[in-house]
Amino acid sequence: MTSRGSRGAAAAIGAIAAGCAMAPSVDYDKVAQDMIKASFREQGQATIDRIQQDEVQRICSAPAPSPTDVKRIETAELATIKPPSNGRYLGDWREGEKLAQNGRGMTWTDPGGVPAGGNCYNCHQLSKAEISFGTIGPSLYQYGKLRGVDDPANPAAAPIVQYTWGKIYNAKAYNACSEMPRFGHAKVLSEQQIQDLMALLLDPKSPVNQ
Amino acid sequence: MKRTLALAALALSAGHATAQSSADEIAKYRAMLADGNPAELWEAKGEALWKEPRGPKNASLQQCDLGRGPGVVKGAFVALPRWFADTGRVQDLESRLLTCMQTLQGFDAAEIAKTPFGRGEQANIESLVAWISAESRGMKFALPQAHPAERTMYEAGKRVFYYRAGPYDFACATCHSQEGKRIRLQDLPDLTTAKGAGLGFGAWPAYRVSSGELWGMQRRLNDCYRQQRFPYPGYTSDATIALGVYMGVTAQGAESIAPALKR
Repeated sequence: MTSRGSRGAAAAIGAIAAGCAMAPSVDYDKVAQDMIKASFREQGQATIDRIQQDEVQRICSAPAPSPTDVKRIETAELATIKPPSNGRYLGDWREGEKLAQNGRGMTWTDPGGVPAGGNCYNCHQLSKAEISFGTIGPSLYQYGKLRGVDDPANPAAAPIVQYTWGKIYNAKAYNACSEMPRFGHAKVLSEQQIQDLMALLLDPKSPVNQ
Repeated sequence: MKRTLALAALALSAGHATAQSSADEIAKYRAMLADGNPAELWEAKGEALWKEPRGPKNASLQQCDLGRGPGVVKGAFVALPRWFADTGRVQDLESRLLTCMQTLQGFDAAEIAKTPFGRGEQANIESLVAWISAESRGMKFALPQAHPAERTMYEAGKRVFYYRAGPYDFACATCHSQEGKRIRLQDLPDLTTAKGAGLGFGAWPAYRVSSGELWGMQRRLNDCYRQQRFPYPGYTSDATIALGVYMGVTAQGAESIAPALKR
């Protein structure tokens, strides 16, 4: 299957290459699209539909998305955010810390049906104790404390609490081409898991806020 | 021996209190091994495999054309992937080895492409790429871009590199388009610059301390895509070869250190 696909793509490239002298412009976007279609196959839970891009992925794969596209994406993605169905934004920070440490889930070697981790430490600093953290995202150490959240239930904290929920649920609502996954929108994490991560970030007792 | 080394590396990295000192210890450990990279074991086996008559045709690979003429190994690695007229394809080292194993030795290339990494003929390919890349050690990357298909593969490879998809919206570029970033403690090369691509692309094939294995570029890319939560890239599929062209051309002029020593 793969080698047949590759040969097909190779033939297409050959044909394009041959036509090059007459037609100077090759549609490289199409060549790349066809190549991706021919090169991947399903394995485990990594089904082939994953190579299909939605509008966000398509626009954010281009070198410089236009301001109009950015605005449209952010508006549309903001509309996808669902507040917690039980009205509770914060769960248990201890569970949140476990999730933040857990980088498993959704690869073709992960067993299906096992909840994914949050992958947080892969890209962010969170607690002081964990020194093995990545730097693709900003440090979240003292996330709640620096934002003056001493009681997440206080109405004064509501804007930060709701923004944080939205950021985890769908980061593209605030930064169209953010590197961060859309954990709620893409159904990577459950509502309960997001509540636990919220507590890790915002609970004054969480190690993040010490 | 492989396992001992891997354990030693783990012990070194686990035993230290700060990120900086762990990184320092790993660097020290790498320096310690610089004169004795275990990849040498694969290199020796690869050289023997190249010369040994094997396969249904009981022939060696000594007439294999890696791009500089039949049997020429020195300097071949730093000019791959490149266009090959006989197959009408741009091929990387592993794809070209499949061609030679089929045409010269009578192996079934499609069967080898389907074999899991590290098993059967795939294990032999790991040894072959270790030796072939070592024969270009210290030479500078100089991938040809004269053939239109080579330029097409570069342009397509660049687009594949930035192609975001999957449940996490990741592309290669998510982790590899900025300087000085890490995943946990692992430094990430910026593959969009000559320096970063030289360090990243230019290090593979490599001996991986954490698994005690020798990985070629195909296996490296395969595991990147696994972590990107993508579907499975076919072995030597065009998307993987195009990525090789994009990274290799970006690394032009950098010195090849393959097979290197990696975490």
